[in-house]
Amino acid sequence: MFANETARYLASRLVTTVLIVFGAMLMLFALTTLVPGDPARTLLGPQATPELAQRFIAAMGLDQPVHIRLWRFFSALATGDLGVDVVSGRPVWTMIRDVLPYTLILTFASLAVAVAAGVPLGIYAATHRGSWMDSGLAFISVAFIAMPSFVVAIFLLLIFAIWLDWLPVLGASRSGEFWDEFKRMILPTAAIAIGWAGYFARLMRSSMLEVMGEPYIRTARAYGIAERLVTYKYALKNACIPAIALLGFGIGRVLGNAVFIEVVFARPGIGRLIYEGISTRNYPVVQGAVLVMVVLVVLVNLAVDLSYSAIDPRIRRDGAAR
Amino acid sequence: MMAGLSDSIRSGDGVAGVLARVSRSFTGLVGLLIVAAIIAIAALAPFIAPHDPDAIDVLNRFSGPSARHWLGSDHLGRDLASRLMHGATVAMAVALAAISAGLTIGTALGILAAYLPTRWERFILIIFDVILSFPSLILALAIVAVFGPSTVMVVLIVAITLIPQFGRVARAQVLTLKSAPFLEAERILGASSLRIVTSHVLPNIVGPLLVLASMDVPVVITIEAGLSFLGLGVRPPQSSWGTLIQDGYQYLSDSWIPVLVSSVALVLATLGFTLFGEALRDAADPRLNRER
Repeated sequence: MFANETARYLASRLVTTVLIVFGAMLMLFALTTLVPGDPARTLLGPQATPELAQRFIAAMGLDQPVHIRLWRFFSALATGDLGVDVVSGRPVWTMIRDVLPYTLILTFASLAVAVAAGVPLGIYAATHRGSWMDSGLAFISVAFIAMPSFVVAIFLLLIFAIWLDWLPVLGASRSGEFWDEFKRMILPTAAIAIGWAGYFARLMRSSMLEVMGEPYIRTARAYGIAERLVTYKYALKNACIPAIALLGFGIGRVLGNAVFIEVVFARPGIGRLIYEGISTRNYPVVQGAVLVMVVLVVLVNLAVDLSYSAIDPRIRRDGAAR
Repeated sequence: MMAGLSDSIRSGDGVAGVLARVSRSFTGLVGLLIVAAIIAIAALAPFIAPHDPDAIDVLNRFSGPSARHWLGSDHLGRDLASRLMHGATVAMAVALAAISAGLTIGTALGILAAYLPTRWERFILIIFDVILSFPSLILALAIVAVFGPSTVMVVLIVAITLIPQFGRVARAQVLTLKSAPFLEAERILGASSLRIVTSHVLPNIVGPLLVLASMDVPVVITIEAGLSFLGLGVRPPQSSWGTLIQDGYQYLSDSWIPVLVSSVALVLATLGFTLFGEALRDAADPRLNRER
């Protein structure tokens, strides 16, 4: 009965994942066919000669009927071919491969910092409930959560680069030297981490308080187990479960929103690749990068949901019902 | 759950009573004041703005705060205070349009899911899941890439992403309510499903949905400002907090005042609505305090 429910939950998650990826592909295909006006004109600009436009249309296969294009689109995707950049002629996949590590590193670094800062603060607030530190932290975390990450990024830029002139801020290290890259990572990482640290602190606080009110904690206390042990061994373990869920949710979210940070700090990354693709109307790049991003985010969400239900068996039933 | 707000809405101590409970906490009061101020500014912007927001005065570009330009002027010498006020109108209009659309469609789908046979219910829930797991900003970028940026697109995208949460809450609320004795009684008296839903179910589930809607306001403001900041939302010369921040950011080397002023305005708005939304949630049901 229990295994059955788990299997059903797994199946439904897998089905939605496949649906989303397939839906995203279909949507991306539809979007390029829906481009208002003449795609060759839009892409090449008004100066394009008719011959050039003709050649372009033939090269993109835009003169074919819709079903043939749909077939080509999907069979190309099936072989991992994301098309080529219409401007430079570079394969889109190589472009994505080149910038993806920057986005991934930024995502993981900022969430790691957020957890490292937020979780201890949340535990402190919960164990010192009602203290001035607790109320102060409560307000600061709301403020940090409420601030959009690109605004935090701009504030950091103002303070550390313009007013104090402390850190090199823009771009990634060209030399690839570790220390230089590390310094350039500080502000972008902080810009994302600040808000998420607020989330983690709040979540840890409330989940600690909730767990501390559970009967098994009262039992542990009644057995005379030291308060420190009760808090950090028995309560903390269960209180961490929501934080793990938030972490998973955060990975998907930060990946998707990295574009703001990448634009503000002029860092390479997949978000900025999409952004620049849009500004130059480079549809194959937008298509490919959006698809890779969607697949990435959806897979992360799937992995998180599955590991979450593995960590806490109580979730399975709720998760299936959700 | 959260019967408190529904109760007070029905029992007629109404909006005033709810607001009184919201302002009982300090943060709630601060939130309420900021929200009231922003709504007033948004509604009255054309009348209270000291200057035409689009009036260009290149000779006085980047002038700092003064009696003439309260918050200074931007790279074209336009009055920042006036542009921020008109930006508030845009932000509030987008939030109102997107949230009411998401709320209406989501609630309708949620109620349907609760009443329809299991197969349809599953179908609706899968649609909710698909929308929820889709990275919405990326979706927005893809759509904007093709149709070009516009305020209508922003509203549409945000509304779609809001549907599932309203739908889920509405469904859960209806499910707990469905077997309530007073609805059974109504059914026995021969009331149609439509009548039961509109005159009994809806009033009873509206509280939690409105709380949720108020907590979405800062989210929507952030999305609108974010897309506009990227140049993918509200189009210039229409002023939006996002485009103002972008303009300021572009001319950061000339003056940091415009970017600072517009960012602070945006943060005040999101913070105010967040504090207000949370106070409203707590006022609606003190038990939730512990769960969050």
